[in-house]
Amino acid sequence: MPEHKTLAATGNTVVAEAMRQCKPDVMAAYPITPQTTIVEEYAAMVAKGRVHTEYVTVESEHSAMSACIGASAAGARVMTATSSQGLALMWEELHIAAGMRLPIVMANANRALSAPINIHCDHSDIMGARDAGWVTYFAETAQEAYDNTIMACRVAEHPDVMLPVMTTLDGFITTHSIDRVSVMDDESVSGFVGQYVPKTALLDLENPVMHGAFSGLGGPYFEFKKQQRIAMENARKVVKDVAEEYAKLSGRPFDVVETWGMEDAETAIVVMGSTAGNTRHVARDLRAKGERMGLVKIRVWRPFPHVELAAALKGLKAVAVLDRAESFGAEGGPLFLETRSALYDAAERIPVVDYIYGLGGSDVKLELIERAYKDLSDIAAGGAAPAGPVYLGAREEA
Amino acid sequence: MANLKELTRREDRLAGGHRLCAGCGASIAVRQVLLGAGEDPVVVGCATGCLEVSTTIYPYSSWKTPFIHNAFENSSATISGVEAAFNGLKRAGKIDPDKKVRFVAFGGDGGTYDIGLQALSGAMERGHDMVYVCYDNGAYMNTGIQRSSATPKGAWATTAEVGAAQQGKRQRRKDLTQIIAAHGVPYAAQASVSHWKDLTDKAEKAFNTPGAAFLNVFAPCPRGWRIPSSATVEIAKAAVQTGFWPLYEVEDGVFRQTVKVHNRKPVEEFLKPQGRFKHLFAPGNEALLAEVQADVDRAWDALLGRCSTE
Repeated sequence: MPEHKTLAATGNTVVAEAMRQCKPDVMAAYPITPQTTIVEEYAAMVAKGRVHTEYVTVESEHSAMSACIGASAAGARVMTATSSQGLALMWEELHIAAGMRLPIVMANANRALSAPINIHCDHSDIMGARDAGWVTYFAETAQEAYDNTIMACRVAEHPDVMLPVMTTLDGFITTHSIDRVSVMDDESVSGFVGQYVPKTALLDLENPVMHGAFSGLGGPYFEFKKQQRIAMENARKVVKDVAEEYAKLSGRPFDVVETWGMEDAETAIVVMGSTAGNTRHVARDLRAKGERMGLVKIRVWRPFPHVELAAALKGLKAVAVLDRAESFGAEGGPLFLETRSALYDAAERIPVVDYIYGLGGSDVKLELIERAYKDLSDIAAGGAAPAGPVYLGAREEA
Repeated sequence: MANLKELTRREDRLAGGHRLCAGCGASIAVRQVLLGAGEDPVVVGCATGCLEVSTTIYPYSSWKTPFIHNAFENSSATISGVEAAFNGLKRAGKIDPDKKVRFVAFGGDGGTYDIGLQALSGAMERGHDMVYVCYDNGAYMNTGIQRSSATPKGAWATTAEVGAAQQGKRQRRKDLTQIIAAHGVPYAAQASVSHWKDLTDKAEKAFNTPGAAFLNVFAPCPRGWRIPSSATVEIAKAAVQTGFWPLYEVEDGVFRQTVKVHNRKPVEEFLKPQGRFKHLFAPGNEALLAEVQADVDRAWDALLGRCSTE
């Protein structure tokens, strides 16, 4: 059994630590706040000779992902990290990494997108990459960020998946806050992730392959996309299988949809990332006062766990969705759209209200979450649902 | 350096049957460059463009080498990743530490001078053990002859039209070879498909130079230049003989002219056979033509000033 060590560390520190334990052959990365400490700490490990990784200090995030693609196609285990504008600059390459079926693992420090420029947390960056074809995890805590990084490696390289995986953690809130984290010894982690044995490596010179062929002019582009859909569907099971195996090692159970207080809840909030902690805190207080409130946390955003989410929300009187990103012109934020879609097949119609919150690191005060729960109580008692999306906590003059 | 007899024994690593146009300069450039790699294994990267779309139509490949295409602006970054993997996997004990592999990235002038300049600059500065080869045909040929920063002044292009208000491209072309030389790379050179020995020797030198090397190869495009497909090599030769495209190399900062031009011909001899310069010879454009000649003269003098006299 593994040795466990408890650290007081930031999310970024333990992501860098998890990456070191996964032994990537190549890291190509570019600094951006608030991801920087991941790449700095990794660079220090390189300088100390603690890793065999070839560290490529590229001149942009576009080249970071381009080099990761080259390295992964060459047959290397490849990891990187980015955030916000960096992720946006990679956008073209995110699709190519997925389309070329390269098992790259990338951490994203979730941060607002310009304009106006802002360095703080929200999920706009990651939602911009929503349809790129990456398996995507969200972390509430530094612990989850550590665990997700290790599991990501296995999921990405699984023969039924072979897709890039993004593990996201909330900028500053999780990346920079010191948290209590249990880490495992190196051998246990490297034993768990195993060796990457590529099937179509450029550096397998005896078996030359072509990556990135042209597939227009009636070529099988459409069929390749179908293969990606199948791989992403396969990831549903692989994510769960890997998590089950990991839980045996770590002692930390994992579910794609995690619930709190849902046994007898009448209403619930659906949330992703660090705000799950604030929400649980409020729900706990309200429960102590006799309110039947629950919490549903989404841990895997792609593939979206619509079946598990619908099951968790079954029979509720009202649901609130906390969206830390906009989808201007849509009926609500991205998580709201997924949630309502997941509930479409439910026998009874459940009112769902969307709350856009915390954009650009706007404070997620407890009273704001209380307000959302209060709205749910009112709806459950027969009141009208507020017209959404509600800009939770936005200053009145706006 | 290999002589012709030796070169004929080497394997042609770009197979025939690809779908580039008859007379395309790019395929000549690729074959000559890869001959310079000798017997060593080569991994090829290629930017989006004519060369890529015409040689990699799934499920076919014209490349007798491992090959990767990623996108338009990043063949340099992509190959730098492949080279990084080679180093990382050696350190991991998964590749024999004595194994020798050559890494080469190809791109057209659009993918190199323009959209790929940043990634190229980064790869050259980082000093990956790779060769970057630009096949310069002076416009975005794959999308239909749009002007690039490599398009010569006065040339017609579909985004630098000829009309009452404009006589083709207004600006001078960018001198990319000197820009890359200014990175302090150990080897940068300018070559042409018309001078096969000079080109292959430079490729051999580039491959044998540890670290980042750069080749800028003049590669006429019959379709875009409005010349017969039989005229590719002749036009390329005229570019060298008029001083429009001087052949030189820069080794550790030292400039050397590799093909001397003793009686430099007027630039007209390069321009006149090409349909894209036709308007320069129409009445009223005498001054523009003189300007093009003056630009060539100035660049030529500046280059000779930099070259060591030996």
